[in-house]
Amino acid sequence: MTDKRDIQFTLNGKHYAEAVETRFSLADMLREQLDMTGTHLGCEHGVCGACTVLCDGEPVRACLMLGVQANGKEIITIEGLADGDELSPIQAAFRKHHGLQCGYCTPGFLTTLTAFLRDHPDPTEREIREAISGNICRCTGYQNIVAAALDAAEAMRAA
Amino acid sequence: MKSAPFTYYDPTSVPELVDLLANAEDAKILAGGQSLMPMMNMRFLMPDDVIDINGVHELNFIERENGHLKFGAMTRQKEVLGSNTVANAAPIFGEALRYVGHIQTRTRGTIGGSLCHLDPSAELPAIASLYGAEMKIANADGERTVSMDDWALAYMTPNISPEDVLVDITFPLWGQNHGYAFEEFARRHGDFAITAVGTLLELDQNQIITKVAIVVAGADVTPTRLYDVEKDLIGQIANEGTFADAANHASEIEAMTDAYVTATYRQRLAKTLTNRALISATERAKEKQND
Ligand SMILES: Cc1cc2nc3c(=O)[nH]c(=O)nc-3n(C[C@@H](O)[C@H](O)[C@H](O)COP(=O)(O)OP(=O)(O)OC[C@H]3O[C@@H](n4cnc5c(N)ncnc54)[C@H](O)[C@@H]3O)c2cc1C
Ligand code: FES
Ligand code: FES
Repeated sequence: MTDKRDIQFTLNGKHYAEAVETRFSLADMLREQLDMTGTHLGCEHGVCGACTVLCDGEPVRACLMLGVQANGKEIITIEGLADGDELSPIQAAFRKHHGLQCGYCTPGFLTTLTAFLRDHPDPTEREIREAISGNICRCTGYQNIVAAALDAAEAMRAA
Repeated sequence: MKSAPFTYYDPTSVPELVDLLANAEDAKILAGGQSLMPMMNMRFLMPDDVIDINGVHELNFIERENGHLKFGAMTRQKEVLGSNTVANAAPIFGEALRYVGHIQTRTRGTIGGSLCHLDPSAELPAIASLYGAEMKIANADGERTVSMDDWALAYMTPNISPEDVLVDITFPLWGQNHGYAFEEFARRHGDFAITAVGTLLELDQNQIITKVAIVVAGADVTPTRLYDVEKDLIGQIANEGTFADAANHASEIEAMTDAYVTATYRQRLAKTLTNRALISATERAKEKQND
């Protein structure tokens, strides 16, 4: 018998009421049940960071949270970062600096850096590297990701 | 890689929680989930019941009183790292917690979860050992207290039963002028340490060591206090010669060999990191004296 729970939460500003299988991770609920496939799964055991979403503003691993634990929370995924067609500063900086190649890791980097730059508007390069130490990218070699984060921080300070 | 089905409970108080635990056959407590969820996703663990304690808000607090620092078991690692109370009373937490996983795991991971998971390399059990922390455990029959020396029974085996919950952890504080250091070696930032050493130290006006604690994590199956080395250091002048002797002594620690790292390598790390930690703790204690 499957154990299900009725939960309510906000996802990218929109209110949801869902019956969720309790064993579903938050990432599974987003991808399988809500068809929000922007959140990627690389390892499903907490190591790669691809699944990072914001839960009440904090970056969390969506593969290590249960879907039912989203009850009463405000979740932001990669789909919620842009304002309509206008990219967020960190998204725009990733495009400008080629901070992605295949793009698999990118949702996790962008959500992580969105929260980090909000809390640390003037970070050093070292602090940025520490902040993204929990995200693995197999393509870019990180240089362009770090450059994009520094540039986005500057753009956000100027705005 | 999906968790096997289970029945989910989300109690909101300790009495409700211990009642659930007393009546469950095969239950697991879910705290931050940063160690439990990977094991369930990989089906190393397939509990019938998962009891989520994230809604038991009385387990989430940081308190300083009567020379003690007390944490509710559900206090998040990020909250400990951001707390001014902790930074003032026991700054070693800040230095050690930066090594615990990554920002995305510290937002969920808890101090109680780390002590119950008891990875040999984990930083928080090492700090608990350094302070001789006391764990308060509750079950349906009542409460008991376990000191850190009796907590770590064996490899990843804390002194706690399936019907128990860890409620809070109390750290007896050191003097305001104590020095501290946490030195760690890992392959990459945020990886579990191969070996780490934590030190607390107090000096008198003549730079004589009056109180010292040293712990090594990651070398043996549980965090190891170097009681003999500590005893030899008391009454000695805090200088490089003293610390070199202590570091040599530290390298005699029991250590494990695994697929990646030999015991000898861990012993050499224990030596180097003990030396560095003692030097750095002494510098900090002197700075405090001069303040
Ligand atoms: C990528 C990654 C890197 C990491 N790196 C490190 C690291 O460098 N150092 C480190 O120390 N840790 C590291 N961790 C693990 C750390 O993040 C976890 O927080 C910690 O090990 C467990 O805490 P938790 O709150 O997540 O507990 P959970 O995973 O929820 O629980 C762990 C175990 O403890 C039990 N438990 C939890 N709370 C209680 C309680 N109050 N009473 C009784 N039993 C309880 C659970 O039933 C379970 O068996 C890492 C994790 C990840 C995913
Ligand atoms: S999929 Fe969650 S960390 Fe890799
Ligand atoms: S862009 Fe391909 S993994 Fe990062």
